[in-house]
Amino acid sequence: MTRLPLMLLGLAGLIAVPFIGVPPYWLHIMIIILIWSFAYTGWSVMGRFGLVSLGHGAFMGIGAYGTALLWNHAGLTPWVGIPVSMLLAGGFALLIGYPCFKYKIVGHYFALVTLALSVIVGQVIVATRKHTGGSLGYTPEPHGGEGFSIYAFQFPEKTHFYLIALAAWVVGLIIWRMVDKSMSRYALEAISEDEDASAAVGVQVTREKLKITMLSAVMTAFAGAMYCQYQLFVSPDTVAGVGISLQIVFAVVAGGIYTQFGPTVGAIITIILAEVLRINIGELEGLLGFRPFGLDNTIYGIMLVLFIIFLPRGVLGSIQARMKGGAKA
Amino acid sequence: MMEIINEYVFSVFFVETLLNGLLYGGVLALLSLGLNLIFGVIDVVWICYAELVMLGMYTIYFMHVRYGIPLIPSSVICVMMVALLGYVLHRIIIAHVLGKAPINQLLATGGVLFFLQSIATLMFGVEFLSLGVSLGSFQLTEDIYVSKSQFVAFVVAAAAVAGMYFFLSRSYMGAAIRAISQDREIMILMGVDANRLYGITSAIGGGLAGLAACLLALQFDVHPFVGISFGPIVFMVCVMGGLGNLVGGFIAAFVFAELIAIGGYFADLEWGTVLAFCVFVITMFIRPEGLFARKS
Repeated sequence: MTRLPLMLLGLAGLIAVPFIGVPPYWLHIMIIILIWSFAYTGWSVMGRFGLVSLGHGAFMGIGAYGTALLWNHAGLTPWVGIPVSMLLAGGFALLIGYPCFKYKIVGHYFALVTLALSVIVGQVIVATRKHTGGSLGYTPEPHGGEGFSIYAFQFPEKTHFYLIALAAWVVGLIIWRMVDKSMSRYALEAISEDEDASAAVGVQVTREKLKITMLSAVMTAFAGAMYCQYQLFVSPDTVAGVGISLQIVFAVVAGGIYTQFGPTVGAIITIILAEVLRINIGELEGLLGFRPFGLDNTIYGIMLVLFIIFLPRGVLGSIQARMKGGAKA
Repeated sequence: MMEIINEYVFSVFFVETLLNGLLYGGVLALLSLGLNLIFGVIDVVWICYAELVMLGMYTIYFMHVRYGIPLIPSSVICVMMVALLGYVLHRIIIAHVLGKAPINQLLATGGVLFFLQSIATLMFGVEFLSLGVSLGSFQLTEDIYVSKSQFVAFVVAAAAVAGMYFFLSRSYMGAAIRAISQDREIMILMGVDANRLYGITSAIGGGLAGLAACLLALQFDVHPFVGISFGPIVFMVCVMGGLGNLVGGFIAAFVFAELIAIGGYFADLEWGTVLAFCVFVITMFIRPEGLFARKS
């Protein structure tokens, strides 16, 4: 375990970040990266076993909107509202997962059924615009004078939220590790190889798949709730619906599905790319002669296709595979 | 209860709703036909299919509005453009992921989706562009009017579906395409050039997307995100009919369109979509191979 001291050192460094005068803008970027990394890690705990869900936008939306609606309409503190929303997302995962796994809906079909869940949740948010603000978005009401409120889980000071997001991210990585070390991992790997054969040797296929799906949904819902509490604004385009579901899958693929830090690397790559292009849009305009809106996604799309064809393990996965290969040779 | 039924169901508006659903179903059937053909033959789901339609809509917009080419030649150019696009897509991307896991194929075409959507944003901006063509409407009965553009879309879509049916069942090439979708390995052993057939199928699938684009451009404005607004519906239609099952997809298109229309009639249009997708999910649980799967 020579890696443990190194990791603790890294963690200490990350905890120190807000106290060494990092500009608020960079702190903001890091918070966003941490929150999305947590969501992506949540997706990858099931995605790595070939359970490709395009429904995680729905779980994220349930987490974000559930928390905000319970706070605004029922006055329920997020300390209760977040767990309730997470349970709700877990319930949805059960509702959609159980029949899927029982009736052996796998591969393309599983992806498309979960895609339908994304559409349903996204459209319900838009359709209930009287309560959720529809596509215009929704804001959790402020509490107290200064905006700072532990009761309302609202922290205008970036340092506070950075530490919360960092803690969540670490917990996400620990969950990933625990899944990695568990018996379920072997069961799920066997299932992804051959479902019937693993059932024949006594793996409880439906139960194992359901457990990991619910864990993944609950994690993603928590990420949605955090996003909502940090930005204090959510809209179907930013936390729910089909677009977010695709974004989650693709960022993880870019970083690496099969490694612990892959989703984090995916979040860093995609968010930094988008930010760099957004900031330099003026200069690029001078260079190209027009305002390049959408350039980030253009590059991102090309990257994705190239990754799938040439680096299916993702950036980090490929680097790690190469290092292992190098050590052996 | 009876009063409600009388008021809502036996009303002229409800008949109009059903009619609109029927007309929309025609376009959906055309869209699902192209996607289904590609899936049946090449065994790859083009997640970016609706984005090809979006580019087709831009093509016809630029041809007709910017360059002043009349509508019919513009449509022909549009169909050819998108057919070419389908072929190119197959050659430069799909051909490389053919043997890979289905998930990787899904994600590669997903990357194309992102690319096409954002390149459209980059090149054409985000504003809604309208073809500016109004065909007007005609009177069906005393109080029911039908929009001509919807009607034309329905007729052309139905003709294209029928044409595809005859092409697949009667022509030599059609027979080859059907054969390769039934048994991939044997056909290659018998000396069929699978890559050539795949390329042709991709071009046909693209052409059908182009045709759908022409018909949709008559009814809807074009913008970079128009694809994502109906793309998922097309997938669900194909899956509900059984991926690769052309007849099943055709019927499912009308079921889906009517569900959306009826849901929209009793509540908001969004609830119509929610209803249709819920029915889809439940259908999947009852008949995982699609509504019209043949018992094997």
